[in-house]
Amino acid sequence: MRKVLIIARTTFKENIRDKILYNLLFFTLAIIGVSVALGQVSIGHEQKIIIDMSLSAISLFGTLIAIFIGTGLVYKELDKRTIYNLISKPVRRSEFILGKYLGLMSTLLVNLALMSAGAYLALWLLGKSVQSEFLYVLAAVYAIFLQLMLVTAIALMFSTFSTPVLSAVFTFALWVIGHFSTEMKRLADILRSAVTGHICVALSYALPNFSNFTISGRENLLKSAAHFHAPQLTTLMLATAYGFLYSALLLTLAVFIFQKRDFK
Amino acid sequence: MNVVEITHLTKDYRTGFWFHKRRRALEDLSLTVQAGEIFGFLGPNGAGKTTTLKILMGLIRPTAGKARILGCPIDHVQMHQEIGFLPENPYFYEYLTGREYLIYTAELFGRGRAAAQSRAVELMEMVRLEESLKIPLRKFSKGMIQRIGIAQALINDPRIVFLDEPMSGLDPVGRREVRDIIMNLRARGVTVFFSSHILADVESLCDRVAILNRGRLLDIGRLTEILRMEVSALEVMAKDVQAVTLERLQQLGGQTHAIGDRLHITLPDDRSLLEVIMTVQEGGGKVISVNPVRESLEEFFLKRIDAQYVSSHQYAQAGSEISR
Ligand SMILES: Nc1ncnc2c1ncn2[C@@H]1O[C@H](COP(=O)(O)OP(=O)(O)O)[C@@H](O)[C@H]1O
Ligand SMILES: [Mg+2]
Repeated sequence: MRKVLIIARTTFKENIRDKILYNLLFFTLAIIGVSVALGQVSIGHEQKIIIDMSLSAISLFGTLIAIFIGTGLVYKELDKRTIYNLISKPVRRSEFILGKYLGLMSTLLVNLALMSAGAYLALWLLGKSVQSEFLYVLAAVYAIFLQLMLVTAIALMFSTFSTPVLSAVFTFALWVIGHFSTEMKRLADILRSAVTGHICVALSYALPNFSNFTISGRENLLKSAAHFHAPQLTTLMLATAYGFLYSALLLTLAVFIFQKRDFK
Repeated sequence: MNVVEITHLTKDYRTGFWFHKRRRALEDLSLTVQAGEIFGFLGPNGAGKTTTLKILMGLIRPTAGKARILGCPIDHVQMHQEIGFLPENPYFYEYLTGREYLIYTAELFGRGRAAAQSRAVELMEMVRLEESLKIPLRKFSKGMIQRIGIAQALINDPRIVFLDEPMSGLDPVGRREVRDIIMNLRARGVTVFFSSHILADVESLCDRVAILNRGRLLDIGRLTEILRMEVSALEVMAKDVQAVTLERLQQLGGQTHAIGDRLHITLPDDRSLLEVIMTVQEGGGKVISVNPVRESLEEFFLKRIDAQYVSSHQYAQAGSEISR
């Protein structure tokens, strides 16, 4: 475990010395700035607009960071052959994969913190009380974090055997499909007994389901923050369990593929 | 004691779009390396040296055969605690400084933060990079990268070091320093296994060598055993030799040729050596040196590789005749 943390720390250093991170961070903060301007136009709804836009921006750019950096994490080590200096040391391949993953997750965590601080700052500048909705926004950001855990695990899994561009395409495709799991189940209902119907049901359960993080029943974690509803604890707990379990599964798969690889 | 034991190692690389073609890079290699020796792994480009080292380091898996290091199979993680490795044309995280990289490496070997820090500086001094502690590796020259590579290979005080072409990319001073480092390691009882295609490096350093070509082991043993070290000729170097003297020297059986103001006289044996020296001196010339000429590793190497080429060529022809 110590070695995992050492690799994670160095990966974190790699990330924070990467320009792409600052570009994406800058965009998010810019959008939060724009939301302040928009909020002022729509009197009475400032808070709602700021929270809504900020959370969407945080979610989108967090996902972009996870995909862009995540798909390059392992590939870069193979491409530049820096992996030789790791695998020849007393380091297990699984420790390498986990270290890389935790490194990027800590980068994402710091980023989420900075972006949320930006959103709170925007609210505070408008003279709105931050206290009442603080927890709701925090719950929504946590849901985004769970989502990013999954996206990063997907990106990392693909990058153990494919190029960054392909991995990014695959990851993005899964991310899009993953937002339509509910629709897929509905489609299965319509198709009913047909073979395609069964396939739809199977896929909707097997593929990552991102609506688990945003919607549960009639509750939307992101939207509830904007409407100042307290999220239900069970929703959060189920989302947590789903995020951790599915990510663990993907990382196991990533390690399994990586174990088989020759480093040429 | 055998610290490295390679038995019947074979590696086929799969190539082509569908990985359907196989290319044999290493064929049935067996050899052992003893504790405390400097072992030279010699061969032209493409001989399979890097492939062998990568298998030993657990980077690629052999198609057939086995290897043991310090008595452990190569996928034994804890065994790697005792060994060091410098890859061919190494590459390190560009975003770290040399010092940060070495600290990171030392920590991977289980040293605490403080111990890792002091060890990193120690190694930077050893490879003469003490003035570049804070420069990112992105800005390092090829020679500096090679030095960092050597430093990271030695950071854990290994019992065996594997170096893949350690002299490549270094200027004469750098080569000399690497040679000194290797000699120092031997003095401390460390086993060194290094590959090279440069014979001079191997000739002056190694206790034993293995010669590899096209994935096959051609020879292994002490240099004196592999090369017939007997004197095959004598070379006398002289200057200020008059034309009259030259004729006399040729009569004595010497082949002469002038290079600059020097005259090289090659004699088949030492029978007429004294007479040659006296002749030069009587004619007003000066003898600068007398050197025995031995078959060099280079000549031997080329001869061996040619022989293998010819025999495989004949074999291929024979094969095609049979198929017709
Ligand atoms: N990744 C690879 N894929 C296919 N062939 C390879 C690969 N790596 C090396 N080879 C081939 O294997 C042979 C041995 O290569 P290598 O071990 O790098 O030799 P050396 O280090 O002695 O120069 C060469 O013919 C080379 O072309
Ligand atoms: Mg090589």
